[in-house]
Amino acid sequence: MTEEPQPPDLKEFSDRLRKAQGADVPDPRLSRPFAPRGMGVAFRVATELVAALVVGGGFGWLLDGWLNTRPWLFLVFLTFGFASGIITAFRAASRISAEADTPGN
Amino acid sequence: MEEEGPLEQFRIHELIPIHFGSLNASFTNSALFMVISIAAVLLFLTLSTGARSLVPSRWQSLAEMSYGVVANAVKDNVGMEGWKYFPFIFSVFMFVLFANFIGLLPVPGKFTVTSHIIVTFGFAGLIFVGVTLIALFRHGFKFFGFFVPHGVPPYLLPLLVPIEIIGYFTRPISLSVRLAANMLAGHTMLAVFAGFVVALGVFGIAPFLFVVAVYGLEVIVAFLQAYVFVVLTCLYLSDAIHLHHE
Repeated sequence: MTEEPQPPDLKEFSDRLRKAQGADVPDPRLSRPFAPRGMGVAFRVATELVAALVVGGGFGWLLDGWLNTRPWLFLVFLTFGFASGIITAFRAASRISAEADTPGN
Repeated sequence: MEEEGPLEQFRIHELIPIHFGSLNASFTNSALFMVISIAAVLLFLTLSTGARSLVPSRWQSLAEMSYGVVANAVKDNVGMEGWKYFPFIFSVFMFVLFANFIGLLPVPGKFTVTSHIIVTFGFAGLIFVGVTLIALFRHGFKFFGFFVPHGVPPYLLPLLVPIEIIGYFTRPISLSVRLAANMLAGHTMLAVFAGFVVALGVFGIAPFLFVVAVYGLEVIVAFLQAYVFVVLTCLYLSDAIHLHHE
């Protein structure tokens, strides 16, 4: 094994690096390695809607079994689940559009 | 193997039967591929960063990139308060990523750990409970204010609070279903069209080309789903720490 040349001074190097990076506009590809947003967002919103329906319906079903009111709470909570899915999807979408509006993205 | 349907690849069989009374704790092919995934992550990270050169080799820069992806996800979505959870998030990312990729290897008997919802739900449920505990310890009873939306007339609250609560409990379901369904659908589609290749003889070239294209897509999906899983984990963690909606 050959002895690797020791780096001169890491602190000094990082100072120089920072100065060099500040000197010109940083390449966005460097600061953000790979952020595949669009496709992930599509998957995300779609499952969010379905899962909220399932959870809402499931809650209602369990409460029905407990209170002996089948099928009424199931129907009510299915509606709640649908609303919750829409809200979650809306929040995700508005968050994403807010990110898209900020410069440097 | 008996028959080789497109769903055969998801069958779990016992490799080393272990039974405690009625409890079946056998070492299955699923368990085997979990061990393989963890071993692959360990090997990848230790071998690639062993040299620790200032100018990274290809392997080392792969390891540094995967670190960078997760580090940026944590910094962007949680901020520095979430940094102490980085090791956990990075481990989840590497495990899911490697399990996804190992499931894509064209090897007979391969198994995609993350295509089974109980595995992904295990992760998502753990994250859900963990994040809820973090929120409770940080904010105490103020945590329950999370379910009460701001700036809403009080008479709407009986309607909105259940909706918010359902939304909260949806998280582990959507997190686990998304990952498992993506793996399940992609692998089933690959197997179905691969079956056409043989069945169609000479014309099998058309489904063959399709399989090649879909395989490329699946490689992207394997990475993307691991990334999405981690980003959502970060968002939930951010909610727990900052206690406002996303």
